[in-house]
Amino acid sequence: MNKLPFIDVLAGKEEHGRKSDLASFEYTYQAEITNVYSLTNTEKLYQIQIIDPKERQRFCFKPGQFVMLELPGIGEAPFSISSSPLRHGDLELCIRGAGNMTNFLSLVPRGTKVGISGPFGTSFPVEQMYDQNIMLIGGGLGLVPLRAPIFSVLEQRSRYGNIDIIYGSRNPSELLFTYQYDTWRQFDIDLSIIVDEGDETWNGPVGLITSILEERIAAAGDISQNTFAIVCGPPIMFKYVCDMLVKSKMPIQKIFVSLERRMHCGRGKCCRCNIGSTYTCLEGPVFDYWSVLNLKEAI
Amino acid sequence: MLFRVIARNELENLYDMLAVNHVVGPVSRGDDTPTPMFDFDFVYDFKELRLDFPSTIHSLKRYVLPPKERFCTFTIQDNDWQKDVDLNAHKPIVYFGVHACDINALNKLDKVLSGSVYPDPYYAAKRKNMFVVGINCNPQPYCFCHSMGTDSALHGFDMFLTDLGDDYFVEIHSAQAFDCINKLNSREPDEQDHIRFLEITDKKLKKFTSHVDNTDLTKILDLEFQSESWKEWGKKCFSCGTCAAVCPTCYCYGITENVDMDLQGASKIKQLYSCNLLDFAEVAGGHNFRPDSYTRLKYRYYHKHRGFVEAFEEPLCVGCGRCGEACLAGITVPEVIASVRDKENNNE
Repeated sequence: MNKLPFIDVLAGKEEHGRKSDLASFEYTYQAEITNVYSLTNTEKLYQIQIIDPKERQRFCFKPGQFVMLELPGIGEAPFSISSSPLRHGDLELCIRGAGNMTNFLSLVPRGTKVGISGPFGTSFPVEQMYDQNIMLIGGGLGLVPLRAPIFSVLEQRSRYGNIDIIYGSRNPSELLFTYQYDTWRQFDIDLSIIVDEGDETWNGPVGLITSILEERIAAAGDISQNTFAIVCGPPIMFKYVCDMLVKSKMPIQKIFVSLERRMHCGRGKCCRCNIGSTYTCLEGPVFDYWSVLNLKEAI
Repeated sequence: MLFRVIARNELENLYDMLAVNHVVGPVSRGDDTPTPMFDFDFVYDFKELRLDFPSTIHSLKRYVLPPKERFCTFTIQDNDWQKDVDLNAHKPIVYFGVHACDINALNKLDKVLSGSVYPDPYYAAKRKNMFVVGINCNPQPYCFCHSMGTDSALHGFDMFLTDLGDDYFVEIHSAQAFDCINKLNSREPDEQDHIRFLEITDKKLKKFTSHVDNTDLTKILDLEFQSESWKEWGKKCFSCGTCAAVCPTCYCYGITENVDMDLQGASKIKQLYSCNLLDFAEVAGGHNFRPDSYTRLKYRYYHKHRGFVEAFEEPLCVGCGRCGEACLAGITVPEVIASVRDKENNNE
């Protein structure tokens, strides 16, 4: 018998400008950090642009999806996109310096080349929500993944009913995107902000997010029909907020949550983000509340 | 599938024919005391091959999913970098003497690693360049593959040998294997061979002593999610991850990146992980979704016996019993599942 032939699985990896599935597995777009804004002491907003104009234009995502951001030699981590989907590969990522890689990222200058792969995961079904009222509820960093659907809604404001943004934070100095609140309000959006602990500069409400949510639900009246909710925040917040929405008769399939898990691949291979054996990176991070109830230990 | 029968002494010719390629097969490890140990390794002589092996320490996972693998390298120059991907598969390898459970383990890995969305090229490259020669096995006291339905391989191999005594009964499953067998002295099996083949299979079935009751297991696992038995097993578990290291179907991994000493390059290393390790589900900021050892142990069982069944209609466990043999605390799959099921029966 002759030697067995060697099969190159990457042969014919690029046809008509499209990469084969196997070739795209480890492919990263080269991107550049074009701007960095300090939002708070620990969170920064990075504007990251895919360098190749063709790739940038072809890069499409939906609100709620995430990308893997790679710093060669330092690490790779998933981040939800918080810019408008209309801006394609001109991304904005809001990142808190919490670990090895994100702390390194907070030190790098503008113009640094990074890698982007994705987009991955499911998205908030904003098209389903046409002509409906939407409640966007975010706690702490939870406002970051909410910013993409907020942009989508703003861009087509006339297609939606009442929009409520309810945002809770630990203290006024940790509020994110403060410079955009006025713009949002100009688009006829009810924005309510609450903090756990006020300080001398704060003259808004103080308390838990559930107290202000209760007010907003009361103001909205009947939320059993025509209203969707998008919830994102720390695990403890999900439970109380979703319970309250369900008690107020919001159908569970109209409540959408975005879950956070540790991810190493984003492609449904490494199992790190599994809940049961549901991959948060494939079937999430956006789940409707029914799926969350159906999964054990999801929140 | 085509069938042939070859004489016992033809096996060496078969080996020689395949040995123009690299051959991996079961070889003995250490000095046979107190019991002989076997493992897969590269074989350079037919005499090294120990086809009578009861089971190997590791499965073929070591070759298709190496415990540590370089995904890519970066060349860094000032602010510029280039990524070079190497799939780490450069030659076809013949795997000579693989048991049905390990072949089935590869089939299960195929479903998630190369059959679903985002197929993994590192796995696919190695899997495509395999020539697998299976061999029938002798069930050990810890084997429960019959309960998992993986005691016979239906696909995923090129050739499968069954020892009939003076002859080998050969199942042929690829064109290359057919080519190969045509160059040997082989004959079509007759009625007598069929009878002998079925007798051997029957005998094998009677040797199984470990069993797992899979009836409605997915539902029972959901019902018993809060069961106290998980906590009892959790107290025993050392969270060391040995079970995942020897498991033929555990594929979880973690990624680390390292910069070279001269700062001119970097590499991205994949290392197989275990869901029993403490920081498996820890996220940035320090929140751990599975902080207790019993929740991690439970998760392992849920992934293998519930979640995977939901996704692919079959459990991720092949019943090879390696995890139970390797476990420092002596936790075995049949015992864990029986205890969870017992709870269910007692409640009724």
